[in-house]
Amino acid sequence: MSLYDIYVISPPLAIAMVGILVILLDLVVQRKRALPAFALVGLIVPTLLLVAQFQDLGNTRDLLESPAAMGNGKASVLLGSLVVDRFALFFGFLVLAATALVILASVDYVERLERRQGEYYGLVLFSATGMVLLASASELVTIYISLELTTLPIVALAAFHTSSKSSEAGMKFLIIGAISSAVMLYGMALVFGFTQTTDLTGIASKVAETTGGLSFENLALLTGVVLIVAGFGFKISSAPFQMWVPDIYEGAPTPVVAFLSVASKAAAFAVLIRVFYTGFFGVGADWGVLMAILAAVSMTVGNLVAMSQSNIRRLFGYSAIAHAGYILVGVAAGVEGSSGGTAAFVSVGPNSVLFYLGAYTAANLTAFFAIVVIGSRTGSDQIDDYAGMVQRAPVLAIVLTLALIALVGVPPTSIFIAKLYVFTAAVKGGLAWLAIVGVINSVVSAYYYLRIIRVMFLQPPPSDERIPMSPSSWVAIAASGAAMVWMGVAPGFVLRAAEIAVATLAVQT
Amino acid sequence: MSWVLFILLAVVTLVGGVGVVATRNVVHAALSLLVSLLAVAGIYLILFAEFLALVQVLIYGGAIIIVLLFAIMLTRSSEYPRISDNRQWPIGLVAAVGLLAVLAASFWISQHQSAGPESPALGNLANSLFTRWAIPFEVASLVLLVALIGAIIIARTGEDEG
Repeated sequence: MSLYDIYVISPPLAIAMVGILVILLDLVVQRKRALPAFALVGLIVPTLLLVAQFQDLGNTRDLLESPAAMGNGKASVLLGSLVVDRFALFFGFLVLAATALVILASVDYVERLERRQGEYYGLVLFSATGMVLLASASELVTIYISLELTTLPIVALAAFHTSSKSSEAGMKFLIIGAISSAVMLYGMALVFGFTQTTDLTGIASKVAETTGGLSFENLALLTGVVLIVAGFGFKISSAPFQMWVPDIYEGAPTPVVAFLSVASKAAAFAVLIRVFYTGFFGVGADWGVLMAILAAVSMTVGNLVAMSQSNIRRLFGYSAIAHAGYILVGVAAGVEGSSGGTAAFVSVGPNSVLFYLGAYTAANLTAFFAIVVIGSRTGSDQIDDYAGMVQRAPVLAIVLTLALIALVGVPPTSIFIAKLYVFTAAVKGGLAWLAIVGVINSVVSAYYYLRIIRVMFLQPPPSDERIPMSPSSWVAIAASGAAMVWMGVAPGFVLRAAEIAVATLAVQT
Repeated sequence: MSWVLFILLAVVTLVGGVGVVATRNVVHAALSLLVSLLAVAGIYLILFAEFLALVQVLIYGGAIIIVLLFAIMLTRSSEYPRISDNRQWPIGLVAAVGLLAVLAASFWISQHQSAGPESPALGNLANSLFTRWAIPFEVASLVLLVALIGAIIIARTGEDEG
């Protein structure tokens, strides 16, 4: 292993180091406020390393294929398990931004814990390590183990409370996570049996040799692909693999839910896109249909069930399922072609997924940070207890309203642009029916998002007690809110970044 | 000869597997699992994967079953004879048989090249583990660290309540 190899894997390595140091620091410092401060300052290192890698990419597609990596005539030992391209870097930046914001918003929650404060931040950082690795993993074994590293810390974080709801959330997440991993692993084993390789490009060339798409003759490949889709379905919380979502959103600590709902979803979508576009594009027309059906079911189930929720966190659980559906529309839209035939790559599809994930991350984090502050003061997550919030906490109510309007997708917000992009991609990819289902669902979703706004503005408050906000929450809400508004008013930068990222994705048609 | 051995081991594996789900006593279920796992180690031996067989016996037959039994005995012991009394077993049976049919069919129908039985040199295995597979190997150690920290957090949570 050369020094260059270390440089290639340095961003996740640096995040893991910060995580370990935070846990150790917890043992020696008395002022626990130093822990999040250290974690945030520490996250500057991986950010700078990502920037350096972005600069070094230059004209090469993958950092591991650059002249420096191929120096001395021998290839890097990391070649084959990782890809460091602009697609991976896009998600690296997204995950780091979400992690930093979640740490900032967790400060108040963690301060109320008497012990194990360092472990909280450490686990968040370990999970972020897994997510950054996941975005650049290009081989099935690495993908699997990175997914475990992403999920396992969140299990422990979900059970951080002493309440029975929190323990239940942790337990459910552990068992469901283990089952979904097992299903995915079985699928990967079948794919390995069929292709004799775990490398995605190797799989792609084997898949290209098969004729007739995912037909009955290569049932092993078909079963493998379906099982992998099911495994990813759990991770991105799409229907019909969604039953764990509302319970965990209700039981786990709110900052953890915020982290789970955006960062882990973004990383899972990153690896989903890489696996299916790089590895299985040869049979793209077949899984494209599968994704389209999952998208339609997910949107519909999420939105319909969300309408009857009275707990705001459960509501956001169903909202997350619905948004997973919208994002899957973009994944399905990237392939054009009928079943069994060769598929054509429609780059607008994955482009729109990347932009949607960016917009959703900002909007959902903003909403959740407001819920964290309100919930920690009122001690309740019932929507009815948000009555008159505009008088008790005007700034929070307005920020939450902005986030909710964005989540509906009303112009000129970020998710409006994202949805427009996704549905345009669907039409271009020959899935006009899916775009129609999506638009109808967006209209339906307005009902339950706007209900919260109505309760906050029109109903009288039960008490006049103001809801105070700590400086760290202020910064977190301001930063994520600003990102949300920025992507709505001037989406150009993120749109361009998504295009650049997808352009380097190796798609083997 | 190897066919006879294979069928013998396969039957033992299956009997163990049925025992896990059919018995009502959790301790008996864990012991049936041990039978099943050891028979799988035997199947690895027929395939000349002696290292895999060794690992299977050491880790699954030894460590995992012991941990499982400890976990059962450390939790409330008065409940465990009845605890696997599952009313949803007909649905589970249908799902399991369906999955078995699909998986069996996918092995049966698909053409795949099968490599002959050969024993990988242990040196090569070690070499590739630290070169080609260095990243997943190192990430696995981080996963173990997380599991340790998580276990401590969850165990300590119980202590706070009591």
